[in-house]
Amino acid sequence: MKDTPLCNCERDFLLKAIEEKKRLDGRQTYDYRKIKITFGTDYGCCFVDLGKTRVMAQVSCELVAPKDNRPNEGIMFFNVELSPMASPAFEQGRQSELSVKLNRQLERCLRNSKCIDTESLCVVSGEKVWQIRVDVHMLNHDGNLMDAVSIAAITALCHFRRPDVGIQGDEVTVYSPEERDPIPLSIYHMPISVSFSFFQEGTYLLVDPCEREERVMDGLLMIAMNKHREICSIQSSGGIMLLKEQVMRCSKIASVKVSEITELINKALENDKKARKAGGRCGFAESMPQERITALKKDKTAVEMTDVSERANEIVQKAEALPQTVPSPVVPVPGVGQVGQGPQNTWGLDEEEDEEDSDEEQEEQVTKMEEEHSENKEESRGGEVVEISDSEEEEVVILHPEKPDRTPKNTGSTSHQKVAASSKKRTKK
Amino acid sequence: MAGLELLSDQGYRLDGRKASELRKVQARMGVFAQADGSAYLEQGNTKALAVVYGPHEIRGSRSRALHDRAVINCQYSMATFSTAERKRRPHGDRKSTEMSLHLKQTFEAAVMTQLYPRSQIDIYVKILQSDGGNYSVCVNAATLAVIDAGIPMRDYVCACTVGFVDETPLADLCYAEESGGVSSLALALLPRGGQIALLQMDARLHQDHLETLIEAAMTACKGVSKVLDEVVRQHLQEVSVLTGE
Repeated sequence: MKDTPLCNCERDFLLKAIEEKKRLDGRQTYDYRKIKITFGTDYGCCFVDLGKTRVMAQVSCELVAPKDNRPNEGIMFFNVELSPMASPAFEQGRQSELSVKLNRQLERCLRNSKCIDTESLCVVSGEKVWQIRVDVHMLNHDGNLMDAVSIAAITALCHFRRPDVGIQGDEVTVYSPEERDPIPLSIYHMPISVSFSFFQEGTYLLVDPCEREERVMDGLLMIAMNKHREICSIQSSGGIMLLKEQVMRCSKIASVKVSEITELINKALENDKKARKAGGRCGFAESMPQERITALKKDKTAVEMTDVSERANEIVQKAEALPQTVPSPVVPVPGVGQVGQGPQNTWGLDEEEDEEDSDEEQEEQVTKMEEEHSENKEESRGGEVVEISDSEEEEVVILHPEKPDRTPKNTGSTSHQKVAASSKKRTKK
Repeated sequence: MAGLELLSDQGYRLDGRKASELRKVQARMGVFAQADGSAYLEQGNTKALAVVYGPHEIRGSRSRALHDRAVINCQYSMATFSTAERKRRPHGDRKSTEMSLHLKQTFEAAVMTQLYPRSQIDIYVKILQSDGGNYSVCVNAATLAVIDAGIPMRDYVCACTVGFVDETPLADLCYAEESGGVSSLALALLPRGGQIALLQMDARLHQDHLETLIEAAMTACKGVSKVLDEVVRQHLQEVSVLTGE
């Protein structure tokens, strides 16, 4: 299924908002959404929430034969899975452009920067090495998948423990976790990707775009860095023209963001370690009974509560007092009654008045018509009028100049006459 | 890699070049009669062939058509004999799919696609011999092919890779240097405005060195653009002689 396109109104609205430095979720231009890291019961399993974007990473390992050209190095394998449950736009089974992009970017971010010591994964040179497999699954897509993927992957790798191996002569023994404590991977540094989106030909820049913002953006720049301010990979995408200054500015912002995120990851890892040591329920299992597994769970949102009661009082005081209550029962006009408390009921009263008015009008019209009839008679008697045409309008026009001297008994104003004439015409038709 | 000395004390590289020296670029335009535009480009030992068809009506599913601009379709492939080890699949693996994506992105930025709504431009690039800098050679070859096809572009798109060794940026890396664990940066530039159409970097590099590296890449790209401009002018001269003008 193709993604539903964004309508022009919404597109314009988003772009206008970005121009005014406002974002849909109230963030500042360089703000990240809330990042939350939770771990599974097993080693090497982690969930990352980036706002509503949610991904899961699972690390696993197995013993395989090494590659011919690297006989004493372990193998790293990365796989990013875009399942249709994250977004209807993701298709099952087919490698889309996005999935290739994410896969390659993750590979470049983690493998090419050599953040993991692959030589320590060698068991028997040229025969057996560990293959570490990182599977990242999208659970919910709300923009900025790459950052969520990179955080999830590196956190899962840090959390992962591989079984210990003993070698005696030619014999290789893999010990179960009960026999010997599993060993963590040796990780040199933690590359974390930070995405920047560009709008309006690169005039506006946002950090951590959400899904809506991603749809209206012109291009994306992904910078992966570690906390030592070393850039591990840069990738621009989308047809935008960047200037060197923009790239430099982005790299500066990225270094700040990366150090924040690294701290967060370390804290999460430490918390998990403590929880495991304490022996209590930890990780993903713990969140199950609290129904926190769904993507659209409600988080507690902080609301400004300091001056709520004062403001409420203020509003009550400023508000207008209710109109006087009337004693019950009330009968304002015959046929209309009111029982109970509350302001006076005006229902039905207006309508009756209107009817009366219209009745009066009709009566007036009738009298005026009679008057006019008499006028006409006078005119014909005077014989001054040359022609009496069929047209009612002309009659009226002729009447005007002669009115003052020939109609002494007509006290009505000229406008009244006009009205009368036209009403006469109406009645005739 | 410890074994290879990428930059000697005298300031020479493995193949005898200076740090900021490009490899020899040789190119020809209009190598195929069938295609709308074609070009062959050699950059040192890396050789690429680019072919452009279009702009033409959308082929395949009509839903891909864009109402306000042309779709650019790129395919990158490597000849099976292009590398030292024979390649099994010329295209379709992750790396070449990614390369196709990058080429597409580069040319979407450079070609004036808004002139051809609801149409498609195909760019096919094949690496005949690979000796480092595949992406940049492809971009340079494709630029010539697009120009040969007469499709308007904002500017030449020139690409170049740059490495960083011993605090010195090395321009236009060859395969030995690329695989030697140098942090390399590929950059596609529209030289006149200094706009970057694509920026890609692998391996670790400290943030402070980024600026010098980008700077070096931009100078290298400008050098390439001069060569390409010369090729285009020479080609036009040859063609106008042939048509008797």
